[in-house]
Amino acid sequence: MSDAASRTAPVRRIDVRGLARVEGAGSLRVRIGPDGTVEIVEFAIFEPPRFFERLLVGREVREVPDIVARICGICPVAYQLAACGALEAALGIRLTPELGLLRRLLLAAEWIQSHAVHVFLLHAADYLGLDSGFEIPARLPGFVENGLRMKEIGCRLLEVLGGRAVHPVNVAVGGFHRAPDPAAIRGLVPDLEWGRDAALAALDVVSRFATPAFPQDYEGVAVAPATGSLAADAEAGPRIVSTAGLDIPCAAFPTHFVERQVPHSTGLHCLHTDPGATTGGRPYLTGPLARLNLFRDRLPPTARRAADAHVAHPCRDTFQSIRVRLVEIAAAFEEAAGMARACHAAVAPCRIDFTPRVGTGSHAVEAPRGLLWHRYDIDSAGLVTAATIVPPTSQNLARIEADLRAFLPGVLDLPEPEAARRCEHLIRNYDPCISCAAHFLTVAVDRPPAGPCRP
Amino acid sequence: MTAPPPAPLRPRLAVFKFASCDGCQLQLLDAQGRLLEIAERFTIDHFLEASSRDLPGPYDIGLVEGSISTPADVARIHEIRGQCRFLVTIGACATAGGIQALRNWACAADYAAAVYARPEYVATLATSTPIAAHVPVDFELRGCPIDVGQLVELLTAVIVGRRPRVAPHCVCVECKARGTVCVAVARGIPCLGPVTQAGCGGLCPAHDRECFGCFGPGPQPNLVSLTGFYQHHGTPRDQLVRLLRSVSAWADDFRMESDRLEGADAAAKAEAQP
Repeated sequence: MSDAASRTAPVRRIDVRGLARVEGAGSLRVRIGPDGTVEIVEFAIFEPPRFFERLLVGREVREVPDIVARICGICPVAYQLAACGALEAALGIRLTPELGLLRRLLLAAEWIQSHAVHVFLLHAADYLGLDSGFEIPARLPGFVENGLRMKEIGCRLLEVLGGRAVHPVNVAVGGFHRAPDPAAIRGLVPDLEWGRDAALAALDVVSRFATPAFPQDYEGVAVAPATGSLAADAEAGPRIVSTAGLDIPCAAFPTHFVERQVPHSTGLHCLHTDPGATTGGRPYLTGPLARLNLFRDRLPPTARRAADAHVAHPCRDTFQSIRVRLVEIAAAFEEAAGMARACHAAVAPCRIDFTPRVGTGSHAVEAPRGLLWHRYDIDSAGLVTAATIVPPTSQNLARIEADLRAFLPGVLDLPEPEAARRCEHLIRNYDPCISCAAHFLTVAVDRPPAGPCRP
Repeated sequence: MTAPPPAPLRPRLAVFKFASCDGCQLQLLDAQGRLLEIAERFTIDHFLEASSRDLPGPYDIGLVEGSISTPADVARIHEIRGQCRFLVTIGACATAGGIQALRNWACAADYAAAVYARPEYVATLATSTPIAAHVPVDFELRGCPIDVGQLVELLTAVIVGRRPRVAPHCVCVECKARGTVCVAVARGIPCLGPVTQAGCGGLCPAHDRECFGCFGPGPQPNLVSLTGFYQHHGTPRDQLVRLLRSVSAWADDFRMESDRLEGADAAAKAEAQP
């Protein structure tokens, strides 16, 4: 079909076989019916399943943080902290406030590095019509370079606390294997202060990007932070709240949210249901927009002012998510600088000892992409007998498909590559981590297998 | 292992992903602040995680992350091998099968049923295996994740057309260089450092804990002697089996030793039965 012809004919099918600039392997399949209605929208995951929940069974409690880190190389800390929190709840371990602070600092470092990768290397190119972050320096000198320095600072903080940035080795059930060096943490304060200002400067830049308008009605769900704006407190059982007024203890998550398997994907779809319902459910949103809409007033002062200047309240448009991530980078730098200044002595004890006992525990933290929920059963020998992990991207999958259904009619008249590009941009607004989404548990399936997807 | 062929001015680089966590690719995006420099020295023609630019092969160098765990993977790795002049596996998944190779000791159908309500939708092989089990590999970068310094060394070597230089010794040497007191000798912690390839800088013992073999078996490891030593000092066999069955579980030396220990454990239990 010639270019001219493709511009006038309606798009019949949009296939993005290898979705680029996301973590993991996914694809998008859309079929448009003869009358122009959107018939099939599948944001499919073909990331091979790795069966983490099964391979955790029979492992000793203390081995769990190292294993679950391997679910995601982009947000291993969130996995480690969610697992530690759940196992500590099962074992009756209470962390000291000093250990809680170091964990929040560790999570802040991960937010910084993960968000910086997404904003500068993966997402900004969409607004500039470029193929990758590598091409941005020629267009916007300094923008990506500063972004990479922010990422670098996040990585250095991860190294000081966890030993290395990807798959930290220092996170232990009960605290840390070795007390992080307070002088090294304090030594990063000037970099953390620079990072906050650099994030705010980058926010000014992205706020000038031409941005599509795509307001939707979202129910945002997030973990309520006990202190500050980062939901990483392992000290008390966290609560899970939503913009629709839901407010439940962490352990009640499975009675309000169900995972359903669909045939086109190794990821499960997570839906918000009424307790006791065996079918149905509605998509919901987790991640930066949900957090901002729920907890804008918890942001540290400078990040709060920047949010008020650049992001409407409530924010209902995922194309604004690049701004929200920069607000969160600034907030994480600001909180991290405050926490780092307070690190005067090595934490002692660095790890709370425990005696294995039969127990069950759950915990949730906010990974950069959204709510991450873990639950473990352990036996008297300290071995895991059951594990359930609900990652943020599985929770967003149904919401992404709902967005695509609403978004597609507006791009159908465009040439297919352009329509596909815009759909990809929409998906990248969620910063989907497909490696994470490709392995978790079960539950009800109320959807028959779909027929053949292609004519 | 061979030296890469002399490279053109801007070698064509491709990055491929199989079953993995993406962490090794992320190291490429870190690259100690040298990412943009690397992007200038190579033509990055296939790197889905970072770029929408996607040009067909052949490529001068292919970096492969992840293990082979589905029927489609098997066909794809053969196709990729045909497209890459110099093929490098990056990380424990591609080099040894990864943490997901733990399924190799179980029944995969049972695994899928445990995780998915409708396992028939999920195409999976019974095993997770390294790339080298399927196609010839020219060089392997170990680690979970790979070390950024080694990655930069590899890419530099490709540009100048020489063999990459990576440490040929075990983690113990790195602990000595770092001045770390031995956790195995001084504190009785069973540690895989003596049998694990260097590359991490002796990270875990420097954090008062055991090495769990991220970089896989080192040169000529004597596993039987090491596990015998730990058992003699009171570590139960099942704990040693779990220690060996981590991110490098399916690497030959670790796998054979964990199987041997497990067999001995089963035999001992059978003998204890009246």
